[in-house]
Amino acid sequence: MKFLRTLLAALCFAWATAGLAGLEEFDFTGNVDEDHFKELIAELRCLVCQNQSLADSDAELAQDLRREVYDLMQQGQADGQIVDFLVTRYGDFVLYNPPVKPSTYVLWYGPFVLLAIGILFLIKTVRQRTRQTETTFSEQEQARLKAILGEEADEDNKSYGDKKA
Amino acid sequence: MPRFVRYLAPLAIFLALAGLLYKGLSLDPRKVPSPLIDKPAPLFSLTRLKQPEATLGTADLKGKVSLFNVWATWCVACRSEHPVLMQLAESGRVAIYGLNYKDDRAEAKRWLLRYGDPYIANAFDDDGRVGIDWGVYGTPETFIVDQQGIIRHKHIGPLTREVVRDEILPLVEKLEAGSG
Repeated sequence: MKFLRTLLAALCFAWATAGLAGLEEFDFTGNVDEDHFKELIAELRCLVCQNQSLADSDAELAQDLRREVYDLMQQGQADGQIVDFLVTRYGDFVLYNPPVKPSTYVLWYGPFVLLAIGILFLIKTVRQRTRQTETTFSEQEQARLKAILGEEADEDNKSYGDKKA
Repeated sequence: MPRFVRYLAPLAIFLALAGLLYKGLSLDPRKVPSPLIDKPAPLFSLTRLKQPEATLGTADLKGKVSLFNVWATWCVACRSEHPVLMQLAESGRVAIYGLNYKDDRAEAKRWLLRYGDPYIANAFDDDGRVGIDWGVYGTPETFIVDQQGIIRHKHIGPLTREVVRDEILPLVEKLEAGSG
């Protein structure tokens, strides 16, 4: 039981520290707000471990870039300026939230275009189906139809009657 | 809509998608395009690796077409590209400068003694700050800087004889011809 509790505690600790790679080196008693700092580095992408943010990555470059972001924050730079600093060096790739510009139009608007195409297709199909159900018959066809339906109706009546009887 | 168009449309969509995915297979997601291409080289001034009392800076790269190679002794791929740099240096086709990135000065000097020194000079980037200014995210990286100090090309990963022959040298020739 004691072992289990220790294990559980260890797991909780591991959970709590996962995703906060090497932030011990930073001093948040000054003018840098810890939460703000964490928020900002979580939005920036590490170039070495490409599916991790600067906040999550243990890569050496991520550590250097965290320090750079920290220093810039300490100098009182706004988030926009810090992001610009990284974008001018590493490109839009560092952003998890890419800006809207001609080269990203497909990324931003593509899904809506596909959605619009899908809706048009749906409308077309539905209309076609309704048109098909409103088919009109010639007199001859109507007569035949009546005859068939009439027969069936008679048969139905008959069988209904049979059962009743 | 003719019937055959309706039947061929899914095939066409499939082929287009397959084509895109096939292209994706040959792209290397590690090669992030540099926003520094066709921009002036970032300003820096660092101590030289071999002569700590002297500096190497952006101004030294200007005036001729330069190759600026980012390397370190802890970088395994740098070791594999080193003979290529040696050969390029011997040919004298381009001025080779280095940025010794986050390295140990003594070890870096030992490496150059052991494997040969293709560099005119190396800037010693101890904390990697200059590397960040150049957008370095993985060594080795190689930049081509023109006579005016504008970055014209970036190669990510080790240089090979093929890369030098097919990309680097043609570009160097073009840049040299361009400014007369």
